[in-house]
Amino acid sequence: MNKRAKFKIIENVNIAKDVFKIVLEGDTKDIKNAGQFINIELESLYLRRPISICDYDDKTVTIIYKVVGKGTEIMANLKNGVELDVLTGLGNGFDLDCDGDRPLVIGGGVGTPPMYRLCKDLIAKGKKPIVILGFGSKDDLFFEEEFKKLGVDVYVSTNDGSVGTKGFVTDVMKDLNDYTYFYACGPMVMLKAICGATDKSGQVSLEERMGCGFGACMGCTIKTKDGYRRVCKEGPVFRKESLIWE
Amino acid sequence: MGINKDLTTTLSGVKLDNPVIPASGTFGFGYEFTDFYDINILGSISFKGTTKEPRYGNPLPRIADCKSGLINAIGLQNPGVDKVISEELPKLRSCFKKPLIANISGFAIDEYVHCCKLMDKEEQVEIIEVNISCPNVHNGGMTFGTNPEAAAEVTRAVKAVTTKPVYVKLTPNVTNIVEIAKAVEAAGADGIVLINTLLGMRINLKNKKPVIANKMGGFSGPAIFPVALRMVYQVYEAVKIPIIGVGGIESAEDVIEMMLAGASAIEVGAANLKNPYACKEIIDNLPAAMEKYEIDSLKDIIGAAH
Repeated sequence: MNKRAKFKIIENVNIAKDVFKIVLEGDTKDIKNAGQFINIELESLYLRRPISICDYDDKTVTIIYKVVGKGTEIMANLKNGVELDVLTGLGNGFDLDCDGDRPLVIGGGVGTPPMYRLCKDLIAKGKKPIVILGFGSKDDLFFEEEFKKLGVDVYVSTNDGSVGTKGFVTDVMKDLNDYTYFYACGPMVMLKAICGATDKSGQVSLEERMGCGFGACMGCTIKTKDGYRRVCKEGPVFRKESLIWE
Repeated sequence: MGINKDLTTTLSGVKLDNPVIPASGTFGFGYEFTDFYDINILGSISFKGTTKEPRYGNPLPRIADCKSGLINAIGLQNPGVDKVISEELPKLRSCFKKPLIANISGFAIDEYVHCCKLMDKEEQVEIIEVNISCPNVHNGGMTFGTNPEAAAEVTRAVKAVTTKPVYVKLTPNVTNIVEIAKAVEAAGADGIVLINTLLGMRINLKNKKPVIANKMGGFSGPAIFPVALRMVYQVYEAVKIPIIGVGGIESAEDVIEMMLAGASAIEVGAANLKNPYACKEIIDNLPAAMEKYEIDSLKDIIGAAH
């Protein structure tokens, strides 16, 4: 049941260059899986802004976003105590059933947040995830420590080499050979490169410009091997095997 | 609530419990909204625009946010009339027991005729809404709606293959809406739906290119309400057939205003995308709004502003 609820901001902090973390307090019962998203109404904007869920518990949701446009600019200036109108529990989220017990969990830039909850859920299922985080530079890096605290192996790559491996997440992947499956979220170029770099099966979470976020407008439909699929409704998580790279 | 008000209305003999109808393209095939509320509270549903062949639509991005509205350039994505009938309508039927409005589109007159013939056999479809106003497809859609002769020709062709009421959905992107409305009335249309979206665009300041891949799209949302209202008002004076008013409606007060201008029923479009509960809230709020403005029956106020 997708539901609309009021959520109160209890934290909104800058955690990396142009990147902010908001903790919202409200009814989270409609959130079922890591990889789902919420759709936030913002004053003075017509359409809601969809943001992936980084983590959640019984009464809070954590989201992480990068200021890239008007919506995220408004969000960055929201103060604690502000109430937001939110649709929660949207999208399918990740399927935790995966090959083997060593899934590779890859996050690129602001594609990283949903991988945090995914990692927690995989660990709770007895899996031993390996994490790769890819960023542009040291200033863009966030959540490395949070992932490490989960007790998983964390590798970092940066385009300029200011932290971790110089290059892309796929450069880290080259040296890893004991993973059994992969999960990824990040820019399209990264996802395409990952799918091309491994013969393992996996799931990727896509981002598209959305109208409604719940399957009504067909604004975010992509072509897949299984037919036309709405990123907001049948996605945002798709199996590698069903994707068509153009 | 406890306020006893008559919300019923009639479209060419089709009785609706209330005048609130989600507009085609903003409500999928209806069942998506059962996640939010029981859709049987609606007067009717105009389901996703259907074409002869399956369509993916236009390249992404095909949505742009605007002040007081949005631009869409979906381009009539739908699984094609055969699958709409075999797969989508059974799903819709299982959760919606009221009269349906079938919105059909085409790129040639025979495609409209083909869809209309098949929809004519669908018992739950009680009105055929002929979309000659989609701004997002080439060589079809709006081209029929911007020329009185072409609009009349589509209307005549569709009327010839169905006994169900035919409502023609017109585009506001014309110099003289009254001329087009009179042409479809003369060609036998049973009603008129006013208005489809206004052609618009946005440009991304960062990459200095149009936001929408198709460059332009249809602008809808509360910003277009006064334009829709004006056209309904003008057309009401010129034709005798009923009008469904659509464009930027998002409150019970908007419904009343649109009906005062001459609409017998209304469609809610963009508001469904911003707020999935929009139609429910409008229906819930209508009795109180009617009480406030001393209206007992919505039927009584149709065209009362004239």
